[in-house]
Amino acid sequence: MSVLTSLLAASPGDPTNPGGGLGGATSTVTNTFTAPHVEYRALMPMLVVFGAATVGILIEAFLPRTRRYWPQVGVSLAGVVVAFCFVVANHGMAETTAADAVSVDGVTLFLQGTILLLALLALLLVAERGTGLVDLDAFTAQGATTPGSGGERAADAAGLRTTEVFPLMLFSVGGMLLFPAANDLLTSFVALEVLSLPLYLLCGLARRRRLLSQEAAMKYFLLGAFSSAFFLYGVALLYGYAGSVRLSDIATAITSSPHSDVLVLAGVALLAVGLLFKVGAVPFHAWTPDVYQGAPTPITAFMAAATKVAAFGALLRITYVALPGLRWDWRPVLWGVAILTMLVGAILAITQRDIKRMLAYSAILNAGYILLGVISTTSKGVSSTLFYLAAYGFATIGAFAVVTLVRESVRGGSDSGDGGEEDSVTVGGEATDLSAWAGLGRRSPLLAACFTVFMLAFAGIPLTSGFTGKFALFTAAIDGGAWPLVIVGVIASAAAAFFYVRVIVLMYFSEPLREQGAGPIVVVPSPMTTVALTVTVALTIALGVLPQMALDLADKAAYFVQ
Amino acid sequence: MSSFPWLTTMGVVPLVGSALVATLPKERSAAAKKIALTFSVATFGVAALMATQFKKGGSRFQFTESHQWIKAFNINYGLGVDGIALVLILMTTVLMPVVMLAAWNDADEAQADGRRSVRAYFALYLLLETMMIGVFAATDLFLFYVFFEAMLIPMYFLIGGFGGPQRSYAAVKFLLYSLFGGLFMLAALIGLYVASGKHLGTGTFDFNTLANAVASGQLGISPGLSKALFLGFFVAFAVKAPLFPFHTWLPDAAAEATPGSAVLLVGVLDKVGTFGMLRYCLELFPGASKFFTPMVIGMAIVGTLYGALLAIGQTDIKRLIAYTSISHFGLITLGVFAMTSAGQSGASLYMVNHGLSTGALFIVAGFLISRRGSQLIDDYGGVNKVAPKLAGVFLIAGLSSLALPGLSSFVSEFLVLVGTFERYKAVAIVATCAIILAALYVLWLYQRTMTGPLKAGLEGMKDLRAREVVAVAPLIALIIGLGFYPKPILDVVNPSVKTTLQHVQKQDPAPALNAQTSEKVDSK
Repeated sequence: MSVLTSLLAASPGDPTNPGGGLGGATSTVTNTFTAPHVEYRALMPMLVVFGAATVGILIEAFLPRTRRYWPQVGVSLAGVVVAFCFVVANHGMAETTAADAVSVDGVTLFLQGTILLLALLALLLVAERGTGLVDLDAFTAQGATTPGSGGERAADAAGLRTTEVFPLMLFSVGGMLLFPAANDLLTSFVALEVLSLPLYLLCGLARRRRLLSQEAAMKYFLLGAFSSAFFLYGVALLYGYAGSVRLSDIATAITSSPHSDVLVLAGVALLAVGLLFKVGAVPFHAWTPDVYQGAPTPITAFMAAATKVAAFGALLRITYVALPGLRWDWRPVLWGVAILTMLVGAILAITQRDIKRMLAYSAILNAGYILLGVISTTSKGVSSTLFYLAAYGFATIGAFAVVTLVRESVRGGSDSGDGGEEDSVTVGGEATDLSAWAGLGRRSPLLAACFTVFMLAFAGIPLTSGFTGKFALFTAAIDGGAWPLVIVGVIASAAAAFFYVRVIVLMYFSEPLREQGAGPIVVVPSPMTTVALTVTVALTIALGVLPQMALDLADKAAYFVQ
Repeated sequence: MSSFPWLTTMGVVPLVGSALVATLPKERSAAAKKIALTFSVATFGVAALMATQFKKGGSRFQFTESHQWIKAFNINYGLGVDGIALVLILMTTVLMPVVMLAAWNDADEAQADGRRSVRAYFALYLLLETMMIGVFAATDLFLFYVFFEAMLIPMYFLIGGFGGPQRSYAAVKFLLYSLFGGLFMLAALIGLYVASGKHLGTGTFDFNTLANAVASGQLGISPGLSKALFLGFFVAFAVKAPLFPFHTWLPDAAAEATPGSAVLLVGVLDKVGTFGMLRYCLELFPGASKFFTPMVIGMAIVGTLYGALLAIGQTDIKRLIAYTSISHFGLITLGVFAMTSAGQSGASLYMVNHGLSTGALFIVAGFLISRRGSQLIDDYGGVNKVAPKLAGVFLIAGLSSLALPGLSSFVSEFLVLVGTFERYKAVAIVATCAIILAALYVLWLYQRTMTGPLKAGLEGMKDLRAREVVAVAPLIALIIGLGFYPKPILDVVNPSVKTTLQHVQKQDPAPALNAQTSEKVDSK
């Protein structure tokens, strides 16, 4: 834990640019000494988010523990909303800025907008502390205490709250905003680290099953660090080949360089490892189920939705801007990765007994689908990828929001602190075992209906966002000649339908586990989770029934600047 | 009048009813039934009124509506009916109130169990009706696919929420089979869209545009691709119909569903399969259809005999009826792929008649089962001594199912066999054997359940109640009426069949003396 906390202390240092005085951080690559021109308007979304994160740190430093929660919530929500407004105001922009380190174009803006919306919804889940009756705090009272120790009990008894999660999340969001916008590989790397480091920490802060959570954080951190190293090595090789880390320079070098291709191919391969790891594609997917399961569920929701958007954004930019000349080399590899990802995701999901692990494999499966859009190398491919990322992100946040509400009931003594008492039954941790979901439809029809909508969307049933997204992706793929991939996609969808439908069957057609006094209960959340759920359900249906506006938006946004 | 959105209205009426029923308070379950029935009768009213406006000699698709839906993919909310779709929609709207009346008390038990509510049952029926009307009325392929998949969801909950002890298993099997088929169709649908974009400039899902482009040779899809796309559509329809060897879900689903749901499942939902083969497979992929005809005919004939043989061996009444349906779907497919006007007209008529006679059979079987609480044939015997009306209705429905002359199925079965005989003599002869088997399974079922000594425990069995009589009366009337006078339906159906055959570029083989030579020409 101490390693992680020291990382926390280190991470905000480099990329934060509160107000003025930036520039230097991102322009290390230029040869001349003239100060780079910085178009602040284009960078505003990121600046606002990083600024809000810094304010959050100050709140942590100067406000007493008990009074930090509301200011933190307010600052984070306001930061994300203001940043979103800047993204909207920047629409139609197509320029590179900060010494060409950041490119703001349609793809960037669409993805930044999506990330901010997803972050807003995820923040609502993170901020959930329950109503007066039940305590739904997903985060540990004090991250530094050893699980099961006296210190932990004391922290619980004192009613401590971990409010650091808000600035941590904002830093991560800032990194995600930069990742798809990065126009040179070094900026990419910085963005990758800024988005990842806070996430490693957040994964380890779960309130219940803390050992599992810390194990997840450790795994994620170690494997993530490895993949970052691969990425960095790839950057170095590409710099050696092209003499520049700018994406457009690499693209020119690929078409005109007299050097042997070995260097560039090795570099691209190493780069791909780093990116595919973040995306969660097979064979770099092994961390996903463990981390998704161990992390606090609101963080899992945020990670599953927003990280995927950011990482696919970076993948799109690097493949479309820097590597079009190598298309014939990387496409077959991505074909293989996509096929493997779809099949492994679908098949392993069938065997899962834990809802969070099932959703993790479903995330892997969906990464495979999205790769179809990347592979098609057409503007249709880009726009369908953008649409699918948004559709998938909202449904994912919604699905995990439902997971946070289905809880175990503990009869008699409570396991942690001030859990509210209801008929001498205490609300425990999340009931993530699938068997606990049996009969949910009878006890809580509305919640089950919400979850059914998300499952149907994941399964790609018409009139949900998942169907429209899949339709757009498959169309783009067939258009690009990748029909074998579509066949695999269809087969994977059929297999996937099985496990999505199985949850629906459990909820509606199975007898609930009422015996043993430990049947699951559905808690009533504060308005925050309710709002997040309502919005995600509404968007999932709206993007299925009337998707034209969003499709248009994605179509218009499918352009890159170099 | 022509601009009145008939089809949308017809779809919206049950949808509104469904929402109304679903939002009723729990105590008003009795009112829910009445409201649902009212809305289904109103839907039938709209359908009947619309049918009177249908011009027999008019353009192929009538009551057309078209509104842009998703511009990015050139998808329209396009509706319209040809003769075949019209009679199938009429059949659907006739069956719905009948089923509701017959299933009046089906869901009460589930409600008492605390499993599901009566309101949900009837709301799902009405929702299903909207989807079923939509699937027959859609002229945009994308819209068709949306309804095709979406109608699985209410049916899934109807089977899984209200059926017998194995209902959950049956519902999942039903859903997964159908989804699996549907996904292949989705891939083919996208393939067709992309191909149409390459050949026609802009991709389209409009059936008319596509069918005309195919017929005029403008949409020159390569034979290989055409075959692949045909298979994509065909697999979906063969699962839905269901055709041997994709049939194994049907007996489970039909046996576990409530009798009312079984009627809609076998009577209407499965018709989408044969309807889809006739309209979409044949007209969009004429070359591939001809290429695959031997395979399809083979599947159909095997299914016809296999279904009939297995029906004889069943011990469960509802499973038995399900297997007879598999046999009948084989015959319908035979009629469709015989590519003769008699065969296809017969197949279209058969779709309606099968819905009526199997519907009646399931409903009466449901009455019987509700009295004893068992689906096993062995538990019954001598029913006609205590419930003569019930036995009589059962006999009529059964006789129609075995195609007794004078009852509706006879005309359609005869046409199918004649149509097949014109082109494939041997096949027609083999298929005729299925009629003998049909007599065997129907009459033996009747004999075991209705005649003979009264089984113990059946002494106090009540005959048909007034509600039950009202429910089956329209079906029996239609079965007898259409048996003697099928002309109204054939008149409406024939022009559509003619267009289909033109698009497939098949002519009826010349009759009489030239029969042998023409067969030789065809077999090349």
